[in-house]
Amino acid sequence: MSSPLAAPLTWRVARLVERRDETPTAQTLVLDVPGWPGHLPGQHVDVRLTAPDGYQAARSYSLAGPAEGERVALTVQRVPDGEVSPYLTDVWATGDPVEVRGPVGGWFVWRPAELAPVLLVAGGSGVVPLMAMVRARRAAGSRVPFRLIYSARTPADVIYADELRRRARDDHGLDVAYVYTRTAPKGWRGEPHRIGLADVNTHGWPAELEPLCYVCGPTGFVETVADLLVGLGHQPRRVRTERFGPTG
Amino acid sequence: MTEMSYLDGNMLDGPLREVFAVDLSGATGRCASCGTTGPMAGLRVYTHAPGLVARCPSCAEVMLRLVRGPDRTWLDLRGTTYLQVPTPPG
Ligand SMILES: Cc1cc2nc3c(=O)[nH]c(=O)nc-3n(C[C@H](O)[C@H](O)[C@H](O)COP(=O)(O)OP(=O)(O)OC[C@H]3O[C@@H](n4cnc5c(N)ncnc54)[C@H](O)[C@@H]3O)c2cc1C
Ligand SMILES: [Zn+2]
Repeated sequence: MSSPLAAPLTWRVARLVERRDETPTAQTLVLDVPGWPGHLPGQHVDVRLTAPDGYQAARSYSLAGPAEGERVALTVQRVPDGEVSPYLTDVWATGDPVEVRGPVGGWFVWRPAELAPVLLVAGGSGVVPLMAMVRARRAAGSRVPFRLIYSARTPADVIYADELRRRARDDHGLDVAYVYTRTAPKGWRGEPHRIGLADVNTHGWPAELEPLCYVCGPTGFVETVADLLVGLGHQPRRVRTERFGPTG
Repeated sequence: MTEMSYLDGNMLDGPLREVFAVDLSGATGRCASCGTTGPMAGLRVYTHAPGLVARCPSCAEVMLRLVRGPDRTWLDLRGTTYLQVPTPPG
């Protein structure tokens, strides 16, 4: 884990054991990683691909839930024309190896021993490490109140849609609210829009409760939400961010 | 790449853990330029420079630069006055 005096990390060979469609453009990939040491919700791995000519490309992917022994799950959103994500979603076959380094990232984590209320704000595939926290909360039997605000383009782009519906019903103390940027489902109140002050104010926690806030998604989205939270009086050091990159 | 396209210092953990046995994303660092002290995970990391460049979130000066060659890695920390790393007693 991220205990301070662990040994340096090296790349290990992982193999694909299973893939599941989450949306038309996102898949959950289950990897077998021999010797996996376990991880905390919010941590990620670095995945490295090597071309036949020796060229290498590495990208980070969040761990989507608690490990099952040596099996870990990632959820990858295909970025058109990307170097790494289309390979993982379209080409990588069951049994094929990739190199993985991790778990890494000891800052953007939630520990079930924390008792403060939690606000999770996700943009697009930024829901992945936040879902790991939701799943870990349930697995630990934690009663810490969680609120998730999830911004997606359309209802069809919502990753983990069925599980979130089920958990919002069954996991006591978990609230889930959605923001749609392009197309909203029938019966949703309001017009599609980018996340704004009203969304964060209505579906978040008041700053006086001193919640821990985790914001994850495209860089611009994270920037907007972190600014809104600080503007609402949240302490910057209680707003943890994980930027995934340019757009989303 | 637009000016917005940066990542958080939390992503430095993987690359730095090839060099160090500690998780520096959990460390505190002081900016040599403006004196701001905060988590290294809060730095802004630009990945499209040669190597990785991490800038202070307050003044945007470079605090850390990591360049990896085929057989060695350069770590330039001249923009960081100090790093404070949590170490368990004993
Ligand atoms: C700590 C961390 C955790 C991450 N976790 C996840 C995760 O759980 N699931 C996941 O799907 N991704 C995750 N990402 C993003 C991931 O690392 C890659 O950036 C992403 O898959 C794109 O890589 P690529 O090689 O396919 O595209 P690239 O070849 O890097 O980029 C191709 C084109 O797409 C643009 N682009 C780059 N990144 C993105 C992006 N994120 N969205 C849209 N356009 C982009 C580029 O500007 C470029 O024009 C995470 C990133 C970080 C830093
Ligand atoms: Zn500074």
